[in-house]
Amino acid sequence: MIDFTLTEEQEMFRKAAQEFAETQVAPKVPEMEETGKVSLELVKAMAEAEMMALTIPEEYGGLGLGYTARLIALEEISKVSVAAGMMLQVFALGIEPILKYGTDAQKKKFLPGLATGERLASTAVTEATGGSDPTGIRSTYKKDGEDYILNGRKCFITNAHIADTITVLAKDDENPKAFSTFIMEKGMDGFKATHEENKVGMRGCNTGELAYENCRVPKENLVGVEGKGLGVALAAIGDVGRGGMVGCALGLQAACLDVSVKFANERILYGKPISRLQTIQNKLADMKIDLEAGRLLGYRAASMQDKGERSSNEFAVAKYFSTEAAQRAAKMASDIHGGYGCMEEYAVSRYMRDSFVLGPSAGTSDIMKVIIARWTLS
Amino acid sequence: MFKIVVCVKAVPDPKEACNIKIDPVTKTLMRCDVPMVLNPLDKYALEAALQFKEQFDAHISVLSMGPPEAGNIVKECLALGADQGFLLSDRAFAGADAFATAYTLAKGIEKIGPFDVVFCGMASSDGSTEWVGPEIATFLKIPVVTRITEIVEYNGQWWTVKAELENGYRLVRVQIPAVFTVTRALNTPRRLSFSGIIKARKKEITQWGIQQLGVSEASVGLKGSPSIVSTIATMDSRRKVEILEGKREEKAEQLVQRLANAGVL
Ligand SMILES: Cc1cc2nc3c(=O)[nH]c(=O)nc-3n(C[C@H](O)[C@H](O)[C@@H](O)COP(=O)(O)OP(=O)(O)OC[C@H]3O[C@@H](n4cnc5c(N)ncnc54)[C@H](O)[C@@H]3O)c2cc1C
Ligand SMILES: Cc1cc2nc3c(=O)[nH]c(=O)nc-3n(C[C@H](O)[C@H](O)[C@H](O)COP(=O)(O)OP(=O)(O)OC[C@H]3O[C@@H](n4cnc5c(N)ncnc54)[C@H](O)[C@@H]3O)c2cc1C
Repeated sequence: MIDFTLTEEQEMFRKAAQEFAETQVAPKVPEMEETGKVSLELVKAMAEAEMMALTIPEEYGGLGLGYTARLIALEEISKVSVAAGMMLQVFALGIEPILKYGTDAQKKKFLPGLATGERLASTAVTEATGGSDPTGIRSTYKKDGEDYILNGRKCFITNAHIADTITVLAKDDENPKAFSTFIMEKGMDGFKATHEENKVGMRGCNTGELAYENCRVPKENLVGVEGKGLGVALAAIGDVGRGGMVGCALGLQAACLDVSVKFANERILYGKPISRLQTIQNKLADMKIDLEAGRLLGYRAASMQDKGERSSNEFAVAKYFSTEAAQRAAKMASDIHGGYGCMEEYAVSRYMRDSFVLGPSAGTSDIMKVIIARWTLS
Repeated sequence: MFKIVVCVKAVPDPKEACNIKIDPVTKTLMRCDVPMVLNPLDKYALEAALQFKEQFDAHISVLSMGPPEAGNIVKECLALGADQGFLLSDRAFAGADAFATAYTLAKGIEKIGPFDVVFCGMASSDGSTEWVGPEIATFLKIPVVTRITEIVEYNGQWWTVKAELENGYRLVRVQIPAVFTVTRALNTPRRLSFSGIIKARKKEITQWGIQQLGVSEASVGLKGSPSIVSTIATMDSRRKVEILEGKREEKAEQLVQRLANAGVL
């Protein structure tokens, strides 16, 4: 039997995340929008609310709650702030390669601090020469005794300026077919965060560049097998990265629908609320259909992931659908608001901007289709 | 060990109060799919118990009378940090007034065992009679202090509490075991935490019906309720709009005058 309902406990997780989002995240949104900067108070509050510990097993100081619980938390937080959801989603994305491919020593060294939020994580793959095509990256590593020497730059990296532990993909200096993944740590000589992006949306979520010049990384920081790093990075992005974007998108979809219903019930035209107009109802129905479908796709994939099944294809479908649906929802929500939808005082204008930033992260919609087509044809 | 019982009621979500209707015939609440949540003030009652426990160590039991779904709010209290849950649920309990509710809860408290303190909310957000706390105390033959805003001192068997009055407060020294009904001024309730929810997995909820409580059908629920709600009237509160005319200063002057006349300022 297929059971599509969340358990009583999962409903309680949702409630906990909702309370957190409403009391701790919402008050920070205006400042994040205004400055575009990360709220360190929010990061601290997230850590105190154990948000970084969700996917980390209990033996390493985490909660071991898995990916459905994570999706619930991301959805609720993103409903209030997609920027906050995005930041949190990439913490888990940075944690995942260590969880999945790390040695026991690496897990013991890094995971407890990442679970408490004492350390913050990210994953850095994208470069100016390679986003959709990660093999196009130019960062290199070279063996030097027991260590590796890394050189290169990354761009569009979430949490670049706040992360302490970043899994970085680089290419073998001598073999352009061999890639490896390394844990780079804040404070390593020659490693720094440089340019900070000023995004149209997800303001308050840090995105920026990393540069490493002759940066010495000990062999203990190699994640997985040398030469097989592409698999390490892509595996994490495939389910945790895409899954995280689904959480951000679902939250935004839900937020768009909520404000639309409220506005449509309050805005009086022709002597009655515009929610009585069939055209408006059509839009609300479309948004509702998208939200229901997006949730089914997303939670199905997350429950597969929790069972340890391969879920990256299912997440590709969910990611494609929900991020596209979030853009449709933001457009419809802003249309329903008429002129008010163009004003910064109304949250829909932020939703509109945020919705466009959802697309590229963890793979563009085109790339999702490439993956889905490959799955379909296989 | 010090034993605390916290009484918690499942109420229709006050955020959706606009969807709650009262049946004109039976004079009972028609819940109309409004989800049940923990009565807001009961969070403050539980928080009082949790703060005591943090300071002195204690065992906290949570007690609720309600339909089986009320088990959810008991579970929530366990996730917030209570140790054990008790749900009094039986068809026979349905339709209870404050008297029958208090009687049933008092029987539950007796069955839970020896206790030192009972915390209740000052009022529920639905029925809101504010009688259940005092009536529990009456059935248990122990003192009660209602509307407490501060626990000034825990001194062995004697507690000193501050309690709200309309135009001031009372400072009361009371011998425990006692019942306290709490206000929002008492504390700031904690939020649900993920690890609290995980810890609640191992905590039990015991459910009792009339048989386990050893009470007669005639003494509980609608049958055991001496008060009858004969009429319910809704108050129509309409907003009145007035547009003030004149220069800005004049309008401000008029506004202040009107607010003062209305007793708001
Ligand atoms: C419109 C309306 C009018 C009513 N009028 C009357 C009336 O005139 N007389 C009358 O006797 N009843 C009346 N009732 C019924 C009554 O309100 C409740 O059904 C009854 O259970 C008393 O609870 P209360 O909500 O008033 O509790 P209150 O006394 O307001 O609640 C105080 C505290 O008692 C505890 N408590 C209350 N109920 C429970 C419970 N079920 N389980 C655990 N703890 C609990 C909680 O700690 C709560 O915070 C009325 C109900 C409605 C809907
Ligand atoms: C807010 C934000 C946060 C990000 N965070 C991170 C992060 O933390 N870590 C990280 O490594 N990266 C991150 N990225 C980068 C992101 O993964 C890339 O932007 C994305 O993979 C696309 O790469 P690109 O920008 O280089 O675009 P390109 O790859 O240059 O794509 C350009 C266009 O070509 C299309 N295209 C490319 N290949 C194909 C194909 N095979 N078939 C059809 N169309 C194709 C694309 O869909 C797109 O329309 C982030 C990006 C954003 C916007």
